Amino acid sequence: MTKIVDLPEGEFVLSGNRACAGCSLGIGLRAITKALDGQMVMTVPASCLTVLGGMYPVSSVTVPWINVAFASTAAAATGVAAGLRAMGRADGLTVLAMAGDGGTGDIGIQALSGAAERNEDFIYLCYDNEAYMNTGTQRSSHTPRGARTTTTWAGKRENPKDMPAIMEAHGIPYVASTSAVYPDDVYDKVAKARGIRGLRYIQMSTACPPGWGFDPRDTVRLGKLAVQTGLTVLYEVQNGVFGLTSASRTLAQAGRRRPVAELIAAQGRFKGMSDEDVGEIQAWIDSRWERFMAREADPAGH
Amino acid sequence: MATVAPILAVTGNEAVAEAMRQINPDVVAAYPITPQTEIVQIFAQYVADGKVDTEFITVESEHSAMSAVIGSAAGGARTMTATSSQGLALMWELLHVASGYRLPIVMANVNRALSGPINIHCDHSDSMGCRDTGWIQIYGEAHQEAYDNHLMAVRIAEHPEVRTPVMTMTDGFIVSGAIGPLQELETEQVQEFIGPFTAINPLLDSAHPVTVGPFDGLHGWFFEHKAAQQQAMDRALEVVDDVAREYAELSGRRYDLLDPYRMDDAEIAIVVVGSTAGATRMVVDKLRSQGVKAGMIRVRLFRPFPHAEYAKLLGRCRVVGVLDRAESFGAQGGPLFLEVRTALYDCDPRPKVLPFIYGLGGRDIFPDNIEEAFAALRKAASAKKVDTRRRYLNLRKDEV
Repeated sequence: MTKIVDLPEGEFVLSGNRACAGCSLGIGLRAITKALDGQMVMTVPASCLTVLGGMYPVSSVTVPWINVAFASTAAAATGVAAGLRAMGRADGLTVLAMAGDGGTGDIGIQALSGAAERNEDFIYLCYDNEAYMNTGTQRSSHTPRGARTTTTWAGKRENPKDMPAIMEAHGIPYVASTSAVYPDDVYDKVAKARGIRGLRYIQMSTACPPGWGFDPRDTVRLGKLAVQTGLTVLYEVQNGVFGLTSASRTLAQAGRRRPVAELIAAQGRFKGMSDEDVGEIQAWIDSRWERFMAREADPAGH
Repeated sequence: MATVAPILAVTGNEAVAEAMRQINPDVVAAYPITPQTEIVQIFAQYVADGKVDTEFITVESEHSAMSAVIGSAAGGARTMTATSSQGLALMWELLHVASGYRLPIVMANVNRALSGPINIHCDHSDSMGCRDTGWIQIYGEAHQEAYDNHLMAVRIAEHPEVRTPVMTMTDGFIVSGAIGPLQELETEQVQEFIGPFTAINPLLDSAHPVTVGPFDGLHGWFFEHKAAQQQAMDRALEVVDDVAREYAELSGRRYDLLDPYRMDDAEIAIVVVGSTAGATRMVVDKLRSQGVKAGMIRVRLFRPFPHAEYAKLLGRCRVVGVLDRAESFGAQGGPLFLEVRTALYDCDPRPKVLPFIYGLGGRDIFPDNIEEAFAALRKAASAKKVDTRRRYLNLRKDEV
């Protein structure tokens, strides 16, 4: 596993970009672009990432990038990849489709599912900040139960959609879950995905200070706490073989998770949740974690 | 140099697919929809048979088809797609992206009504509905023109003074599914005519990374980009004509921005789009034989709309009837009517312009219906006061 200090020094995301203070998306994007050594073409829908990318006529990145419509990310990447093949450049550049959770699991799921079924040759990276943050924190299918958003004032009643599982069901060669506050894990997964052909799906938990309601200085602490509770699980499934990675693997070996109540108490979006509701979320995380443990014990047995 | 090629009997869709085969685009992404499906099927066969070396993507929707061709065209690949009706409507938000990014995509649209209720037959509500998306729009009448327009569209779209996507239209079923005559060029002639495609600032030039379509804020350059698109539309008028002239030297077939018939001394005239021009010509001949100075203009280029040419040809008429195969609900007439009447507003004297709606959802239009329209024009020519409300042709009046 690559250590943070060993990440390549080349930068493809420039300082002074337009991400919010404390945004973990910038941390993740740096690791992603390093893992691809900048040899990439990005397709991006209207989202936080568009804003981070900079405003015309300046740009915050030094890699080719095309903004497309909200539902178009995977389809545009399909077209870019086809263009690469048609022009005999397929081995030179990696196509990276990168969208938020709403752009992936909600409005973008049709194009993504179609591309996955055709096993198109690109990496799809969903940065999961758990709501429509760019438009001011509206609920998405990835918003966790209990979270207040500007369209769920009393807290969302449903559990988040499990997009990595949905993508795994497509039978694509690589599916992974990571967290932007573990840039080493992000780097390793994107670097591994770079060497695989076909559709590769990586979901990156992306802690969001204004959307989740915490101080920008706590981004890394909160992101790590989410992993330590077992809510965010770092894992990969390569050709059907499962494996926990990084901090989640350590957590499984230690056998002791932090209670989700700690994570809930640290975020404004969960303010006022009843103990009963917290208990139900804890039970949901516990049963999910048990399933991950079962897969870790029998990696190819899913 | 006029070529003597054998006359083939093909469907309108086969004519378009043949043009696509000879163009041999780098990338085609498409999705099946009636009545366009045959184009995709035939082209897929060409791919399977190795007659083209196109990257052919069977996407899961038209939204994704247009998204994919935007990706490939931005990358620098010569790119095409085809659609109809709901498919074109589903592409709508991306049509603006394609034109705003100045991507020279060529798309065949086989005209079909829009739901609801569901209807698979010909009218022009699909392409008329996206007339303001920044695409160049060329309507054909029959099979030969479907083929010829598609070849010329490549040159127009990719012209450095234009760099704007082009959609070519053929009437669903009436042309797309019916057999008609086609004379093809040799594939080598087509290749020489279209030449290689050189993209400007392509996305795939990683040594010179570009951001395509960046967010540009409240005080950015969006407005200037849109003004530049309009300037390209203005320049397209001349480019379309230049390309047509060059194409005429190659094929012997000369296409103007519009297609007039017996307009020299016409006092009453009908403006019409697509396959209905055939029946209209017949009616014009009949009226002429009766001493009525009737004429017709068939629309070819709808975007940009060559308004000066319409004013020049129609300005001498006393009454002009505009036959729209699409509605503009709540407006004074259909989309073409609004365009023609605007074009004639500055004429002095100004012809009267009457709106007719016909053929929605594939409703047949008979010569009798066109005669009925001409009769209304003749009546209006001598009337002091004219009712300029919509007139419907072949509508079951009792049922509305």
